[in-house]
Amino acid sequence: MHQLTIAEIIRGLRDKQFSSVELTRHLLERIAQHDSNYNSFITVTGEQALQQAAAADERLARGDAPAMCGVPIAHKDIFCTNGVRTSCGSKMLDNFVPPYDAAVVENFQRAGAISLGKTNMDEFAMGSSNETSFYGPVKNPWDTARVSGGSSGGSAAAVAAQLAPGATATDTGGSIRQPAALTNTTGLKPTYGRVSRWGMIAFASSLDQAGPIARNAEDVAHMLSVMAGSDERDSTNLRRAPQDYTADLDNPVAGLKIGVPKEYFGEGLNPETAARVQDALKEYEKLGAKLVEVSLPHTGLAVPAYYVIAPAEASANLSRFDGVRYGYRCENPADLRDLYMRSRGEGFGDEVQRRILVGTYALSAGYYDAYYNKAQQVRRLIKQDFVQAFEKVDVIMGPTAPSPAFAIGAKAADPVAMYLEDIYTIATNLAGLPGMSLPCGQVDNLPVGLQIIGNYLDEARMLNVAHQYQQVTDWHQQHPDLASAV
Amino acid sequence: MAVDEQTVEKLAELARIAISEETIEEVSSRLGDVLQLVDQLQSVNTEGVSPMAHPLDEVQVLRSDTVTEADQREDFLALAPQTEEGLYLVPKVID
Amino acid sequence: MEWEIVIGLEVHVQLATQSKLFSGASTQFGAAPNTQACAIDLAMPGTLPVPNEEAFRFATMFGLAMNAEIGKRSVFERKNYFYPDLPKGYQTTQLAEPIVGPGKIEIHLEDGSSKTVRLHHAHLEEDAGKSLHEDFHGMSGIDLNRAGTPLIEIVSEPDMRSAAEAVAYLKKIHSIVTYLGISDGDMSQGSMRCDANVSVRLKGEEKLGTRTELKNINSFRFVERAIKVEAERQIDILEDGGSIAQETRLYDADKNETRSMRSKEVANDYRYFPCPDLLPVVLTDDYVEKLRGELPELPDAKSARFQSDYGLSAYDAEQLTQERALADYFETAARSSGEAKLAANWITGELAALLNREELSIAQSPVSAEQLAGLIARIKDNTISSKIAKQVFEAIANGEGDADTVIEKRGLKQVSDTGAIEKMVDDVIAASGAQVENYRNADEAKRPKMMGYFVGQIMKASKGQANPQLINQILKKKLDELL
Repeated sequence: MHQLTIAEIIRGLRDKQFSSVELTRHLLERIAQHDSNYNSFITVTGEQALQQAAAADERLARGDAPAMCGVPIAHKDIFCTNGVRTSCGSKMLDNFVPPYDAAVVENFQRAGAISLGKTNMDEFAMGSSNETSFYGPVKNPWDTARVSGGSSGGSAAAVAAQLAPGATATDTGGSIRQPAALTNTTGLKPTYGRVSRWGMIAFASSLDQAGPIARNAEDVAHMLSVMAGSDERDSTNLRRAPQDYTADLDNPVAGLKIGVPKEYFGEGLNPETAARVQDALKEYEKLGAKLVEVSLPHTGLAVPAYYVIAPAEASANLSRFDGVRYGYRCENPADLRDLYMRSRGEGFGDEVQRRILVGTYALSAGYYDAYYNKAQQVRRLIKQDFVQAFEKVDVIMGPTAPSPAFAIGAKAADPVAMYLEDIYTIATNLAGLPGMSLPCGQVDNLPVGLQIIGNYLDEARMLNVAHQYQQVTDWHQQHPDLASAV
Repeated sequence: MAVDEQTVEKLAELARIAISEETIEEVSSRLGDVLQLVDQLQSVNTEGVSPMAHPLDEVQVLRSDTVTEADQREDFLALAPQTEEGLYLVPKVID
Repeated sequence: MEWEIVIGLEVHVQLATQSKLFSGASTQFGAAPNTQACAIDLAMPGTLPVPNEEAFRFATMFGLAMNAEIGKRSVFERKNYFYPDLPKGYQTTQLAEPIVGPGKIEIHLEDGSSKTVRLHHAHLEEDAGKSLHEDFHGMSGIDLNRAGTPLIEIVSEPDMRSAAEAVAYLKKIHSIVTYLGISDGDMSQGSMRCDANVSVRLKGEEKLGTRTELKNINSFRFVERAIKVEAERQIDILEDGGSIAQETRLYDADKNETRSMRSKEVANDYRYFPCPDLLPVVLTDDYVEKLRGELPELPDAKSARFQSDYGLSAYDAEQLTQERALADYFETAARSSGEAKLAANWITGELAALLNREELSIAQSPVSAEQLAGLIARIKDNTISSKIAKQVFEAIANGEGDADTVIEKRGLKQVSDTGAIEKMVDDVIAASGAQVENYRNADEAKRPKMMGYFVGQIMKASKGQANPQLINQILKKKLDELL
């Protein structure tokens, strides 16, 4: 039952092949049995899930079931959940139980979905390996000695290990796509503003965007149809009405113009990874698509610009964690300054502290123009690269990550090496474009992801393009040898 | 580019993050690595390029002036480390 | 050496919106602590701000009233610092692109002169909460009800040259915001707060001296005193050959002195940057022009109209237009009585004294504008004398009803019956042999003055109700007959 896709679950529940309670109980048992191997969940809400499942079964029986009624999913622990601890992977929020839900959580509730629990993540979504989590690293189901990617590593691993058919995630610089690539799952970061950020704990507000991770493009389309929508509580929300992203899945891709940026195949890319991506492009050619070489000349500056902008925004976003109103407070503060210094010094991990300090530096007097302002100018140049490319092509394709999953600990001591993990994904966040990753092969039994970058608000086409590939390939159906990992 | 320890101390003070004596050297060196990375930005000419704070050129939609929030004080105070008489307590604030 | 004081003011005005600048929590004053601090105001994780339309409308109206450029595109920025009354660890404010750009206003001084003060800009921002310093086991209590209340911060150029000018400017701002109805302007409740940048220089010197910033001076009187005492302090230091430290100082009203706020001296680096949770606010020309068309008549225009329409002196018109409610009161009284000058005299005289004595605002006046008009009408038609009118006014104030009721009930109607007055005159002349004799022997020139005695006696006999003009007329005739 755990191998079912969301589309299959929706059909199975409606056809009464199984009940939501049966499925939910089965997945909870699998989590209890296997997740100690992966550490993909921070909090499992078994009792609540079974109650929700029972209610969903009643609705299914009555015939008034909404879109995802009875489908169990997991939420990244960055989304606030009313009455359920929301840690954001941090000691700072280890005791934080919000009295409100994130918009994304509300949307899934309204659609009848069941929440199995909260997934592990890099602390405050800052990381590309899930090693910065206060709750320990997530282990890659394909090889538990390797990282799952990050920051949505828990969501990706939970889906890959078949503990949940789909999970919510967020992406600030690649945090949906890179773990999806490293775990053989399909993940999509929508256009900035497509999904409400209300109740999603902010890392870098102008870059953060929520999206789904699931087993294939069709399931991602089902989830995005629920997640995305208009929300007046988020000023940066685009206020687009919800739409059915499964509607265009079956369109043919013949005649599709695929842009292939030469900068995405240069130095730093693992040659085997490059070969798998080239194979995928050939597959598209077989389907009638045309490959067009494009140039994104400012690609090399995306990581530097990002590591000014994201830390700058984060340095302010994380100031609210001060030990006064909620969250961690140090023992016996001597005075007000001590309360702040130690609560934050003890409550935040190294990477979060480092980024706050970098952001503080970039905004401080005398450096603002050289760093923050400069990075925002470069950001415009990066966006212009894409705007020009999309004048010629429908989608852009390339690798998601430069290489397959690396060993846990391999880059932990070298932040800059870790930052370069996101070299192909970061630019889309800076530009606000949608991006997705889907499985396109393996290197030494480790998955490789193909990245599709779409034009603004073109998610339906991207999902169609991904789905068509998944109709003629079975990479997405490969799964790790879960027995051997146990 | 190296970041001296005094700079790190100043940043830590601004950001209110206690950094221990033992780790300050390592923090300085890693911070230096990151700043070296972002210094690549200086290589590009951005004259005349307007900075882009938001990925999309949208404008703000304003909210109508209505009171929509009910009192949830008890829910919120329950989250706080220390409260009394409906107030959040902190070490004495000296002006 | 002659010194010149240079003052610039930063005035914070709380806007009278129903809800906060970025949340739907109520802004009402005086609620129990933290009952009006919602998830957004408390900076709960994942919450996001959405700006209040009314705050922009109010700020735009203010800008138009200040003859200022309106920021058709304004941008919120984050000002970063840690303080327990600032839940997000930054204040959302405006810096590079504020809602109101440069402008200017006229201020009017007591000596009748006027002066232009330039507005540097005004911006929208959120207020902070409050730290309560009562002792909670050596700790402070934080109330965040006020956090997120919309403010406009109004920054002047350093154009003022005396404490009196600063007060006149502040009163002008107060009068504009209350005329516009965008704030209650209540300084005692903190709806309007003032910081003053003060420096001194030798007269004729062009370069500005080093300034100090006086924080949170919260009444018109304290503004005047704080600036005076700070300027004196600076002059003393400079005359002793010392130099002024650029710093923030607090005015202590009890001791009437300013003292350094050392805690604020830690080098601040606010690291402003555009708030990524908010988008640029764009106002259309139509929107701004529509608001311009809807602006109420402002104090200067009203004052000019009062002078031309009602023939008031510049001084009276100025007095009567400082407060919109007072101007409305005057206009109602003037129109219903048809006697603008009398109305102005009564309002600036008796009524002002009464309100001052009872510590009441014009809105709380125990004598309504209609009642005052009724009283004036009875003076005008000679039903009562001005002297009796004061009695009637007090009675109205005591709640005895309107002028006619009081006059009727107390029998204060003026006696204008010629026969009755002739009788009283005859009686008084008969009883005042010595005075009549003196009158007859006196110089022609001294006689009018000597009539006062007789008038007084007759008034006494009539209990003040005899018509003074008739008394004079009849008395003169009768005394002259005796010559």
